[in-house]
Amino acid sequence: MAVLVFAESLTGSIKKIAQEAVAYGYQAAQAMGTECIALTIGQADGAGDLGLYGAAKVYNVDASNDFDAQVYASILGQAANKFGADLIVFAHSSSGKSLAGRLAARFDAALVTAATSIPTVADGGLHISKGVFSGKAFATYALKTDKKVVTIAGNTFRPTEVGAAVAIESVSLDAATGRIKVKEVNTVTGAVPLPEAELVVSAGRGMKGPENWGIIEELAGTLGAATACSRPVADVHWRPHHEHVGQTGVAIRPTLYFAIGISGAIQHLAGVNQSKVIVVINKDPEAPFFKAADYGVVGDLFDVVPKLNAALAKFKANN
Amino acid sequence: MKLLVCVSQTPDTTAKIKFTADNSQFDKNGVQFIMNPYDEWYALVRALELKEQVGGTVTLLHVGPKENEAVIRKGLAIGADNAIRIDAEAKSSLFVAKQIAEYAKTEGFDLLFFGKETIDYNGSEVPAMVSEYLDLPFVSYGIEMSVEGTTATVQRDIEGGKEVLTVDTPFVLSCAKGMAEQRIPNMRGIMMAKRKPIKVVPAVEAAVGAELVGYAYPPEKGDVKLIDADNMDELVQLLHNEAKVI
Repeated sequence: MAVLVFAESLTGSIKKIAQEAVAYGYQAAQAMGTECIALTIGQADGAGDLGLYGAAKVYNVDASNDFDAQVYASILGQAANKFGADLIVFAHSSSGKSLAGRLAARFDAALVTAATSIPTVADGGLHISKGVFSGKAFATYALKTDKKVVTIAGNTFRPTEVGAAVAIESVSLDAATGRIKVKEVNTVTGAVPLPEAELVVSAGRGMKGPENWGIIEELAGTLGAATACSRPVADVHWRPHHEHVGQTGVAIRPTLYFAIGISGAIQHLAGVNQSKVIVVINKDPEAPFFKAADYGVVGDLFDVVPKLNAALAKFKANN
Repeated sequence: MKLLVCVSQTPDTTAKIKFTADNSQFDKNGVQFIMNPYDEWYALVRALELKEQVGGTVTLLHVGPKENEAVIRKGLAIGADNAIRIDAEAKSSLFVAKQIAEYAKTEGFDLLFFGKETIDYNGSEVPAMVSEYLDLPFVSYGIEMSVEGTTATVQRDIEGGKEVLTVDTPFVLSCAKGMAEQRIPNMRGIMMAKRKPIKVVPAVEAAVGAELVGYAYPPEKGDVKLIDADNMDELVQLLHNEAKVI
């Protein structure tokens, strides 16, 4: 019996989403009365620190960091059998989602994706909840199969220190050659990927043009936030596609979301309505976004944003 | 090429979501159902474009009861050649994936297209499961694809950027925004769709996986607190002391 966590490291190092998955695996293992094991594949700098967040053991499989769901699923399937895993945990990331479904099919296992609750033991299995209908409701599922699979919503389970760093043990599993050849990986270097960001400053058509984004970047810089945008802005290439949040873009759950010059169409809200706190700045007091906001400022963003930036800079200097 | 597009139906984006009195089931009363937008706009249209480029057939597949046929007819009106309906309630992603895989395993499709997720459960589960059942490569969140002979070059979304890969057919592809542009069915398409065949296939026995226990509404959001545009210090203090997010 064990909880097996896939601690992903696609760019060669362990990121926050992998730490969150381990933190979740640890809490699940506590609830289930077992231990949490982390598995890394390929280069995984920082993997030993997963012990801090609750991994009793950290294993590494020598294989390529180039992601191929078929190959990785085979490795994880072997690991799940070898370690007797009852629950397999993934981040709700592009690779985690691709693998979770494969593992569920491999074992005919119950699967819950983007879980928002730690498992509770019930009904001879586990109960796990998730957001459904684009954040308009939650659903709770019973997982009663021998093996169970879960992906966890980002920014929801904070990695906290519960243990000490551990030595990485290598484990030999069969890594077949895949049929996918990765040619290029282009990620924004240095910046926190949007789905992992705790603080997000997002702007929309109210900005009037890409040349005006300086004030948004300044505000994000002061806060240490990631920048995002609405769909119309990405569609006309004012901002890069990967910044687009909403139903057809990225769904995010930051602790603080600033929506600046975004009206708040239902498709946009679907991607951000699970943010903990939403601040809306819009000159139109009737903008639908105010209904979903915790704090609102009615005013011209070109006036409000620099003032907010100054107030934040002053706050940061004093705290 | 022999192309398969799997489509599901979802409540319309703007639908009011409500449940039966004991919160045990989704209340379908008065809900307008549509073809899942990712399946329609990106998966189906990209398959049609590929057929226009290299020839072949586009088969639409839907797992659902007879009353869902409007969604299938729409897909045929947009341009699919024929359709399969597997006659069963879509009990769970695992159940649906098994139905699709059982049908597809002897059909020799070169490429299986899916939307990246449905807009109701946002699980992104079925295409990954189908690829595992069929032991095929899975390319998820594709935003651009070119095909030369039997080799596809796909650009896909990853966290904070993009990845480019190549893969030979057959494989499973899930499609995100960018893969194609929505097509609106024209009158000729709608008329032709009425004559296109929908083959009904019985469901196979399959595991259900996770079992729904019940639904809950999110906690009510309080009213928005408005702050004067000239008082940004107050907003900062509220975010620090009240919301405790900075």
